[in-house]
Amino acid sequence: MLALLWKDLLLEFRTKERISSLFVLSFLIVLVFVFALSPEQIQGPAIEAALLWVTLVFAGMLSLQRAFLIEQERGCFSGLLLTPIEPGTLFLAKMLGNVLFLLLVELIVAPLSLALFSAPLLPSLFMLPVVLLLGTVGFSALGTLFAAIAVRTRAREVLLPVMLLPLLVPLLIAAVKVTSAVLTGEEWYGVWFRVLVAFDIIFVVTGWLIFSQVVQE
Amino acid sequence: MKRFAPFADGVLPWLTLTTMIAALVMVFLYVPNERVQGVVQRIFYFHLPAAWNTFLGFFIVAGASASYLWQGNRFSDLLAQAAAEIGMVFCTIVLITGSIWARPIWGVWWTWDPRLTMVVVLWAIYAAYLLLRHLAGDTEQIARYAAVLGIVGVLDIPLLHISVRLWRGIHPKIERGGLAPEMMWTLLMCTAAFLCLFTWLLWLRLRNLSLREEIVTLRRQAVAMM
Repeated sequence: MLALLWKDLLLEFRTKERISSLFVLSFLIVLVFVFALSPEQIQGPAIEAALLWVTLVFAGMLSLQRAFLIEQERGCFSGLLLTPIEPGTLFLAKMLGNVLFLLLVELIVAPLSLALFSAPLLPSLFMLPVVLLLGTVGFSALGTLFAAIAVRTRAREVLLPVMLLPLLVPLLIAAVKVTSAVLTGEEWYGVWFRVLVAFDIIFVVTGWLIFSQVVQE
Repeated sequence: MKRFAPFADGVLPWLTLTTMIAALVMVFLYVPNERVQGVVQRIFYFHLPAAWNTFLGFFIVAGASASYLWQGNRFSDLLAQAAAEIGMVFCTIVLITGSIWARPIWGVWWTWDPRLTMVVVLWAIYAAYLLLRHLAGDTEQIARYAAVLGIVGVLDIPLLHISVRLWRGIHPKIERGGLAPEMMWTLLMCTAAFLCLFTWLLWLRLRNLSLREEIVTLRRQAVAMM
């Protein structure tokens, strides 16, 4: 699994395509929000958390679109499947790779966008990465599963968000609630935190178990 | 499927027709007006059975998907597809009748109540499922992809239920013993009618799909023979 993960990371660090495009895209989405709403309207942790997560979801969607693209275009996926690797392991490696890319981008974009919204940064400095991690794991678990499906269909660009967004509703609500609690410095480990963790566990396990059905040729 | 055919073709249409007429008579002539909401409340007898059918459709999709992944028989795949299409129709009916009721009672066409939110997200999942089936191209993998989506969709329901419930809530609930006997009988008749309709539609669509598949195989054989 580590070798698979290493392969994806190495490919990325040779080109830095995915991370740099993700970073620029999420920065631009934040700018679009500021221009569309005007800075005075983006006030209070609720809306700041909401905009942050909308940005991350759309940027994450782009990252997922690319997750299987290289393998698909060059036909390497059948090669990967021929190796004696469990499909579940392949899923975990792909998912972790995606989590790492997204986290790297998020750790820059989240403080940056909060600064642009002139939100108070300091109270959330320790907990924000944890919330980002939990949200990203759930997002990547479902996302990797459906990216693998979407990349083998005709309308892959449309199909991925169409399948993913409705299923992400619980994650999105929970992540926004926890983030806004973190931003205000309220207690963050309440019921929403548990929903977030439950979502992560359920869909990492589901993806791990069901991935063999997706990649079967 | 063959064994079910005489019942489905001979009895089911008439059963649907009779229960439907009985349901209409009961809703419009038999059951008394609700005291507070008046005549508008009668839409509830169509709304609730349609909502049950929506969930029924969803669970059939999930069950058939699981059975397809497990055993790989074509019938489960066709069943999942048919149930998704019909579930989508009932889901749309739920949303429309709900809006018609909400306008005079709540004063708005739409509000973000947990159950409304839940149904609208279910609608989106159904839509994604059907889009996947249409857009995935004509490969043999679609069946497995759709089955994965069907299973993940049903796993999402409990989380969705919890999170929208925590999110907010004003939907009326039927309390135990809260329905007058006439209302109860009307509701039961409507449920029976909608259930018959659901089964009949499911049957028609299933037969339609399996005939289509037969045609495709025959055509392939014909091409191979030429």
